[in-house]
Amino acid sequence: MNVLTWLIPVSLLLGGLGLAGFVWTLRSSQYDDPDGDSQRILTNDWDDKPRP
Amino acid sequence: MADTASFSACPACDAAPIAKQIAENRMHQQGDILLSLPTIHCAGCISAVERKLLTIPGVTSARVNLSLKRVVAETGGALEAADLVEALEAIGYPAHELDSTALSSSAADKAARALLFRLGISGFAMMNVMLLSVAVWSGAEAATRDLFHWISAMIALPVIIWAAQPFFKNAWTALRAGHLNMDVPISLAIFLAGGMSLFETINGGEEAYFDAALSLTFFLLAGRYLDQRTRRAARSAAEELTALEVPRVVQLTEDGEATVPLAQIAAGDMVLVRPGARVPVDGIVTKGDSEVDRALLTGETLPVAIGVETIVSAGEINLTGPLEIRVTAAGRDSSLSRMADLVTIAEGAKNRYSSLADKAAQIYAPGVHTLAFLAFIGWLWASGGDIRFALNIAVAVLIITCPCALGLAVPAVVTAASGNLFRKGLLVKNATALERLAEVDFVVFDKTGTLTDGDVVPGALDDLSMQNQRLALALAQNSGHPLARALAQALQLRGISPATLTDIREVPGKGVQAKLNGTDVALGRAEWLGAEAGQGTATFLQCENGKVLEIPFEDHLRADAIDTIAALKSSGLPVMLLSGDNDAAVAQAAEALGIDQFHARMRPEDKAAKLKDLADQGHHVLMVGDGLNDTVALASAHVSVSPASALDAARVASDIVLLGNRLGAISDARAIARSARRRILENFAIAAGYNAISVPIALMGFASPLAAALAMSTSSILVSLNALRLRGAAQEEAQ
Repeated sequence: MNVLTWLIPVSLLLGGLGLAGFVWTLRSSQYDDPDGDSQRILTNDWDDKPRP
Repeated sequence: MADTASFSACPACDAAPIAKQIAENRMHQQGDILLSLPTIHCAGCISAVERKLLTIPGVTSARVNLSLKRVVAETGGALEAADLVEALEAIGYPAHELDSTALSSSAADKAARALLFRLGISGFAMMNVMLLSVAVWSGAEAATRDLFHWISAMIALPVIIWAAQPFFKNAWTALRAGHLNMDVPISLAIFLAGGMSLFETINGGEEAYFDAALSLTFFLLAGRYLDQRTRRAARSAAEELTALEVPRVVQLTEDGEATVPLAQIAAGDMVLVRPGARVPVDGIVTKGDSEVDRALLTGETLPVAIGVETIVSAGEINLTGPLEIRVTAAGRDSSLSRMADLVTIAEGAKNRYSSLADKAAQIYAPGVHTLAFLAFIGWLWASGGDIRFALNIAVAVLIITCPCALGLAVPAVVTAASGNLFRKGLLVKNATALERLAEVDFVVFDKTGTLTDGDVVPGALDDLSMQNQRLALALAQNSGHPLARALAQALQLRGISPATLTDIREVPGKGVQAKLNGTDVALGRAEWLGAEAGQGTATFLQCENGKVLEIPFEDHLRADAIDTIAALKSSGLPVMLLSGDNDAAVAQAAEALGIDQFHARMRPEDKAAKLKDLADQGHHVLMVGDGLNDTVALASAHVSVSPASALDAARVASDIVLLGNRLGAISDARAIARSARRRILENFAIAAGYNAISVPIALMGFASPLAAALAMSTSSILVSLNALRLRGAAQEEAQ
């Protein structure tokens, strides 16, 4: 059962990483316009430099 | 819907923060212009719109949101929405201004984002605890089980306390106001599940419900999130009406002109209204000839000529000449304010509509509490005073009956249906609008601006000789009058070239006159040319030979108006036309559209009275209108629709906004609303069926955390899948 002392913290940590990723996407407004984002990759508008 | 169930307990407590939020938004967003773009659909559209807007001086940023089909432009307050609309229409994208506060993305988005955050956290916690619970269910014993319970408690308790706050807050507000709402049993179940499990964990008990408490929180937050997304901050149409009042007035006194606040004007005073200004008061013209635009108030398409002794009302726009007016009513007594009062009353009546979710909550909440309490008393008696055991059963009953499925039943369907309607060009503004739309059995249309697009077209041009057509074009080109402009446009479309005229002169309020080869010719009003005015809208042409010919005009119907009316009638709905326009114009339009019941010359209060009559006869009326004169009717109808081109006040008063130019969406909308209502009822049936099976099990004391987790997830998923079925069904119907 000693393996549990490792596995449980590891699983929590990995899950926590995913959660942190989710919080980051949420904070940076990545769920505001899903349709638009899927279309915007098709334009060449800001390919040379990032949008100001 | 569910939010009305949960928030309605104390409307005032909710209204205050919302009002504050709106005020803050107004401050914050000054200069941001929000436009609806119903036709955008691709990557090309996005960059075309953004590029175009950025070329306009004063626009500092522009961002299209394709999911919502709108664009936000930051202008720093320098530009009007109309400037941007014009620029976008020039490149082929019809645009409409949206009420930047009512439909504001930022406030609603912030709330939705906060809920999504809580949802994410509780989902994370739920999955981790579920993982540990699986180990316990599959036979972990003694120290291992206790350890797993402790780890679960460490994850679950902080998450529950934080993530379930929206429910706790609502439940507390409701309890303080002495009400029961859906959030009370929810909060009680989450709270007791957490507390009881902690107690069991401390005492090394076998069963802990941490996973159940978390999945409850997760599923209910999901319902709340969907709900939030379909909800818009409410704004009062009555306020919009009062905003139309002119704050300052030019008063005529013995000393001359003075600009004073409207509040200082009383009946009997004299005021001056310059051309282009809005008439600030009700009164009688004492000096001056002019034309006024009454379209907003009465729905009349064309300007009306007025002179001495004519009665004018607040809100009309003076077009051509200065007017001196003796005030008969000002401020609170003016017709505009009276209309605002009527709208306030109508809005109040509408807010009392009790939705299906409200009704469900009213039966559900007391039922659950009684059941849990009876279980506690019953088992206390049966087990001979074992409080811990009896409490465990009561908590199990509360958890099992907790309205997971019920909480999702309405929002899941409403989200699916609203999305469907949005793709068809309808923006649903009110949470209960769909339910009300499903009950509609009578449709009332306004004419001007709703069934017609506000333009007029000359009819029977073929009756004019080629020579007269050329003459009419030449005269019409030299006038700014709407009829003349429409005539010129129609003639140009036919490829006519104008005749050559000399001495062209426009006589304000009368028409245009000129000389053709030395003889007098003219285009204008009947009385001016000595002809007899007919019933309908017409202009008159004095030809070279001195004869006066009538050129009749017809309202220009929207492209699919006839089909829409036919579709509504074929689905068994009586259709009525109520218009403020003159008898002939209304009769003509009604005949063209195939509407048998129509009423002309309706004042705003007449329209509202007519709707009340229909409601008294037991009809649920759908009102479609766009003008100020429709506002009272829109607010008092069972459910109302206005086109995006409508006046602010009318759009605010209506439940659904028609974004595209397609009226046909209205008949589709009813079909979708009806199937949405069916789905909601089915979902309630699913939730009830699930309770009918699981409650006896819980009451008998056989419920285990595993059974609770299974039952809860299955019913929630079933309800969501049933809601998604709406998508498929509606697409079939549309094809």
